[in-house]
Amino acid sequence: MVDDVSFDVERNSITVIVGTSGSGKSTLLRMINRLVEPTSGRVLLDGADTRSEPAHLLRRRIGYAIQGNGLFPHRTVAENVATVPRLLGWPEERIRARVTELLEIFQLDPALYASALPHQLSGGQQQRVGVARALAAEPAVLLMDEPFGALDPIIRDKAQEDLLDIQRRFGTTVVFVTHDMDEAFRLGHRIAVMSQGRLLQYDRPATLLTHPADAFVARMTGLSDRALKLLALTTAGEAALPGSSDGPRVASSASLREVLSELLWRRADSALVSGEDGAPCGRLTVAAILARAHP
Amino acid sequence: MAITAPRQRVDRLGLLLTAAGAAALIGLPFVVFKSNRIVPGEPRALHEVLPLWAALGFQAVLLGDAAVALGVADGRRRLAAALAGIVVLALAVAAAANGLTPPGNKVVRIAPGGASWVLLVSLGLMATDAITRLRPGPLARVLLLALTLVIAGAALAIGTFDNLSVMREYAVNAGRFRAELLRHLWLAGGSLIAALIVGLPLGILCHRVPRLRPPLLGTLNVVQTIPAIALFGILMAPLGALAARVPAAAALGIRGIGAAPAVVALFLYSLLPIVADTVVGLRRVSHEAVEAALGMGMTDNQVLSRIELPLALPVILTGIRVVLVQNIGMVTIAALIGGGGLGTFVFQGIGQNAIDLVLLGAIPIVVLAFSASVLLDALIEALDRTTSVSAGARA
Repeated sequence: MVDDVSFDVERNSITVIVGTSGSGKSTLLRMINRLVEPTSGRVLLDGADTRSEPAHLLRRRIGYAIQGNGLFPHRTVAENVATVPRLLGWPEERIRARVTELLEIFQLDPALYASALPHQLSGGQQQRVGVARALAAEPAVLLMDEPFGALDPIIRDKAQEDLLDIQRRFGTTVVFVTHDMDEAFRLGHRIAVMSQGRLLQYDRPATLLTHPADAFVARMTGLSDRALKLLALTTAGEAALPGSSDGPRVASSASLREVLSELLWRRADSALVSGEDGAPCGRLTVAAILARAHP
Repeated sequence: MAITAPRQRVDRLGLLLTAAGAAALIGLPFVVFKSNRIVPGEPRALHEVLPLWAALGFQAVLLGDAAVALGVADGRRRLAAALAGIVVLALAVAAAANGLTPPGNKVVRIAPGGASWVLLVSLGLMATDAITRLRPGPLARVLLLALTLVIAGAALAIGTFDNLSVMREYAVNAGRFRAELLRHLWLAGGSLIAALIVGLPLGILCHRVPRLRPPLLGTLNVVQTIPAIALFGILMAPLGALAARVPAAAALGIRGIGAAPAVVALFLYSLLPIVADTVVGLRRVSHEAVEAALGMGMTDNQVLSRIELPLALPVILTGIRVVLVQNIGMVTIAALIGGGGLGTFVFQGIGQNAIDLVLLGAIPIVVLAFSASVLLDALIEALDRTTSVSAGARA
């Protein structure tokens, strides 16, 4: 059930739809590729109504990955990945090249895995094949319905990291459904919070923390550690102050939450922030970090 | 220093089979001799029908088999011993028949006696038990079946068993045998194909429209409970009326008796396993795979032909196996209403009190049903290995 929801998904970003079970988040996602047809209202993709073409043609332009991966058990990994390119009638040569490329991107050696059957793979590998398959025809939009829901925490962490990498690399527009607020904060450039078919708030993660629309959103985002969550959304590079420090070195890509933890652990007052090339690019103090831990 | 504990336990199945074989050899005739087709048979023991050296040699082979059956656990050796025993038994029966038949005489009838049958069943059980222990792959099972059929066929072709009573009946009926065999296969296979043409779409429909499932499967279940003879009778009236009213139907060979009611009845019996297993097979297909297929832009027909049916195939084949074996057996009864098939010999034989004629019909039926079962089982296993749907696809 989805009731009167209206929102824009930003191109080339990750939008996370989060909500409790039965909140309508999956239904909302499935309306985008018309697995569910809205009773009223429209879905626009690049300004065009999604109903202006047959549903199966629309779906071939949109990547789709689901929980439990949905791999075809009677088809090899390569055949699974090649599904949409085959439906689109790509030449065999192009399909083979694309499959090889994707398997390499997802760290699945084609020589070992291309002709393996899904049940011969581990859960994490199956999930990677599921995402590779969704990306096979280079869709501009990728829909993901709790794709990491069945993975254990360590593999899930890796899968999230991979997704962020891939999204940065290809600029894919991702719409991601989850019930896990931590996952939403980790992945989402924008987060839509849903409950009982209604969209309660649609904002940047930091805004959800600092200005929750109502008590439900505040409870969903978590009241007990919201200061730390807020710190986790900013990187050391973004917050670095000019100057130097003889404290511990931290990477500019580390979050303020990680830097604070490091400083507390080492009983230091300040840290030296170094960029990707290893050159120092500023400093951070405990006081400066704490100043960012509230609205 | 390795301590090997030799397997001392006596094999229980081996004990049973040995006891049965020994008792039969002592208490039952090895072959039955009849001076012509009608008179009652006279029992003949092993030593009466074979030269001493041959009788002793045969008994030595049987003793060896008993030793293997009792004390050897290795499947290969058990299988080899059982097969060797069957070959020697067949040769001994053939030799007895040849020895008892006066040169040029086509009137005497020599049939295997109780001892031969019990030994054949015991050795056959020992062989199938050994095969079960060996767990051969699908291909190995098919090859084993083919090899057995080729050897048996070759022995029949070169006339090894020509003096046995069943082969005497065959010699008299050779022309009809071929025709009835083909008719038997046609009746069993034709009704299966008709059931597939109707049953697969019905199964798919039941899967797509769950509301239809209870009434349809319920109806087919009721059909299944009607005894075959009764169903033939029920069909006679409408088919006879159809033939009388519609000349085109009569021209197609549709009549109240004969092949038409037989095929229709077998077709009706075949529908339930086909429809039910199609539904079960399709339901077994992982919901996620179908959802993903739709979500990636497959049309309904593509989902059905590329995902659902291939994944349901092993279960559907199970239904086909049931139907084929069931039909090969049930076609026999079609002979009662003039449908033809190998049942003709069975019922003629019963009518004439000629057990050899019954066997001429019954033995090929058993071989056909057994072969069909082995072949389809192997096919199902070969397919299921590559798909192994199951929960393996879970993290």
